[in-house]
Amino acid sequence: MRNLPIDPSKIPGWGADANPENDPTYPMRDRSRDDKGGMNWPRPPQQRQTVEILQSIERNNLTAVFGTSTPPSGVSGAMRRQAFKYSESEWAHWLMLMAADRVNVVEGLVQDFGRGTVPNIPAEMGFRSELQHNRAGLVRKAAVSGAVLALGVLAFRLLSSKDGSRHTRRRGG
Amino acid sequence: MLAMNYRGPYRVRVDRKPVPVCEHVQDAVVRVTRTCICGSDLHLYHGLVPDTRVGMTFGHEFIGVVEEVGSQVGNLSVGDHVIVPFNIACGQCHFCRQGLFGNCHEANPQASALGGIFGYSHTAGGYDGGQAEYVRVPYADIGPCKIPSTMDLDDAVLLTDVVPTGYQAAEMAGIQPGDTVVVFGAGPVGIMAARCAWLFGAGRVIVIDHIDYRLDFARTYCPAEVYNFRSMDDPVVFLKKTTDSLGADVCIDAVGGDAAGSALHTLLGTKLKLEAGAATALHWAINSVKKGGVVSIVGVYGPTGNLIPIGNVVNKGITIRANQASVKRLLPRLIEHIEAGRLNPKALITHKVPLEEIADAYHIFSAKLDGCIKPVLVPPSARG
Repeated sequence: MRNLPIDPSKIPGWGADANPENDPTYPMRDRSRDDKGGMNWPRPPQQRQTVEILQSIERNNLTAVFGTSTPPSGVSGAMRRQAFKYSESEWAHWLMLMAADRVNVVEGLVQDFGRGTVPNIPAEMGFRSELQHNRAGLVRKAAVSGAVLALGVLAFRLLSSKDGSRHTRRRGG
Repeated sequence: MLAMNYRGPYRVRVDRKPVPVCEHVQDAVVRVTRTCICGSDLHLYHGLVPDTRVGMTFGHEFIGVVEEVGSQVGNLSVGDHVIVPFNIACGQCHFCRQGLFGNCHEANPQASALGGIFGYSHTAGGYDGGQAEYVRVPYADIGPCKIPSTMDLDDAVLLTDVVPTGYQAAEMAGIQPGDTVVVFGAGPVGIMAARCAWLFGAGRVIVIDHIDYRLDFARTYCPAEVYNFRSMDDPVVFLKKTTDSLGADVCIDAVGGDAAGSALHTLLGTKLKLEAGAATALHWAINSVKKGGVVSIVGVYGPTGNLIPIGNVVNKGITIRANQASVKRLLPRLIEHIEAGRLNPKALITHKVPLEEIADAYHIFSAKLDGCIKPVLVPPSARG
């Protein structure tokens, strides 16, 4: 079905109770400078595009300026390109971007190793400040992690030995 | 130059990166002299904001000295020391013309809902931010404002976001003389919102959080009644009881998606990412405000969706007002307030950290260690 244009001024009673004083957006929005137009403002000069920019499909043009940090690349870049086929209104858009972010973390590690750098992950996570300001918490976390790890190892060994003995019995029988 | 380098959730470091250049005729390049870590940077740091790319430099709160200007920059000169608002605004689009400088339509190709913000993921335009020695500043004639010669640089850097966002939270709340105002969140923005509520004539200001040292600070700085929600069975019932069972006239959400206090919201919002952050504070705000009251939101949430009691918004006739702060619009008035001694932003700064120690600064701020309220990073060239 095709919508027909509507002229509100032709609607009986249009604006009869309009009250500019009753404006909950004031002073955030200065309506005196609202030209009621669309995208008809004099646009700033266009920044030259030197890297790939993914553009929202809800926009009809590239903004006059944009950031050029970390253009899409690798597997995460391919995922981001797919995500931008969906509008900002679609969960798929955002969930694919979040997934790409996680893949990008692995790519970052690969990139570090590829450059011959071993990332100092404890330092990147602020381990020194944790040691300095929250030693008790750190000990607690280490104890809990150690206990969980020990339980995991113990459970794995128990399961392995059960499997092994079953296997041995089967072979023996 | 030295610049922050995001490597993944909870992992940042300082690396060497190329010094930025003017990429547009209205750009400037600014040498950073102070830069903060914002509470909303923690949403990026915790991996909550979609399209946060490894290798990016964060930082939307910074001041610095102009080092280079594009051919169409007329208001700034090399050597000017400037406050740079966190939002990037062209000054001439449909929204900027109406004072909505936080909603510029010419700064972020990746999204139509959000304007451009320095160092705040590609969802906010893909700009490298100011947690670095140098930063590219688009539309340099519009946003940046020269720092008054009498102003302390520590006050100036908080005018980039914290003070305007806190002030606008109170402004949007439409506070009338005598109103009871509840602020959820005793972080820097919540503290500033509570302080500014008095400027609009509030009759009573209450701050709710679960970090005692921050509540202690708010009690004397704002000043405000402060309560730790961990000591209550139900914060909504508590707030109803303390406001004659009707609720507060105004509730301000200055927390956003990293809220504590509800196992359900934490699981869905921050652990499983099925909500756009844990909407606990907003949930409480809607349920604690009086019928016909106002809920003002400056806390940051992601772009998907949240579980909030929208039925109560309808049934109670609540007005919800929210936006990114329009820093440029507010700066003249806020500078007046600082110069008159009505606001003292620098008192919020608890930690001054060399830029090189950024990983520790993020961890201290995120884990709320060492009494941290507001950390400021200082690049080597600004340390004298």
